[in-house]
Amino acid sequence: MDVPNLIANSIRHSVIEAFTTMLNVSLEPGEVLDGSAVPEASFQEPNEGVVSFIGLAGAWVGTGTIMCSANLACRICSQMLMTEAKAVDEEVLDAIAELTNIVIGSVKNDLEQHLGQLGLSIPSVIFGRNFKTKNAGHTEWVIERFRWDNEYFLVKLCLAPNEKQPVGNPIGQTCPIEVKF
Amino acid sequence: MDSDILVVDDSAAIRKILQRVLRQTGMPIKDIHEAGDGQQALDVLKAQKVNLVLTDINMPNMDGLQLLAALKASQEWASIPVVMITTEGGEARVAEAVRLGAVGYVRKPFTADQIKEKLAGVL
Repeated sequence: MDVPNLIANSIRHSVIEAFTTMLNVSLEPGEVLDGSAVPEASFQEPNEGVVSFIGLAGAWVGTGTIMCSANLACRICSQMLMTEAKAVDEEVLDAIAELTNIVIGSVKNDLEQHLGQLGLSIPSVIFGRNFKTKNAGHTEWVIERFRWDNEYFLVKLCLAPNEKQPVGNPIGQTCPIEVKF
Repeated sequence: MDSDILVVDDSAAIRKILQRVLRQTGMPIKDIHEAGDGQQALDVLKAQKVNLVLTDINMPNMDGLQLLAALKASQEWASIPVVMITTEGGEARVAEAVRLGAVGYVRKPFTADQIKEKLAGVL
């Protein structure tokens, strides 16, 4: 089973569906990037903007994330809520969190058909400057880059078999995220 | 008769979208009330009579399935129809919601038409 390919296809489908349905925006299919060769450094505004995380747990464990610029986060929020978001505020962060929940939740539903039941955590969102995200585990991310007009955003997911029997909350065992400011 | 609807979701964004979508359906709606989790929903219900509850599943404090179970265990609230609106589309979750008494299930992302279709037979 080619799990990275399953994840990439599911991310593509889920992002397009979420944007079509919730934002009334048609996106082109995303471009799959090589997680080892193209880290966040190639992404526009790499060390600032909005980053959201959501954990997956079960027989497989991992993390899904969406990264975008502050400007694009405001645009997504404005389109989603039909308001005018001029700066990143609580409403913008909430909209990005919900978009992450919808996209990664949809990927989770797709993957469950192949990998068994998975749980989804509540998303967290970070907005700031001069930060760096790092995957402290050994699992490579599946990274897909989408473009909305002239701006790009990344959707990333890492997932690996849960080799340990889950005890308590296993989220983050495989793909712990370290965010440094 | 115009209906009072309670929308329960920890995301203010989704509550706002549902407010808009519900108004767009053209259904006879009096007021739309909001709660950020199951516990807040119970607090709203103590003060406000509602005709329908739309609830997310994955929420902090008290999740949507716990809220559904609490409503169905209550003499006062057991007859209120509950529709789940969630990303949790797994068969096990759907089966659990139906077993607990949910009358419908809408998966996020949703369209106004999907919401309207799902609520058509409920209100």
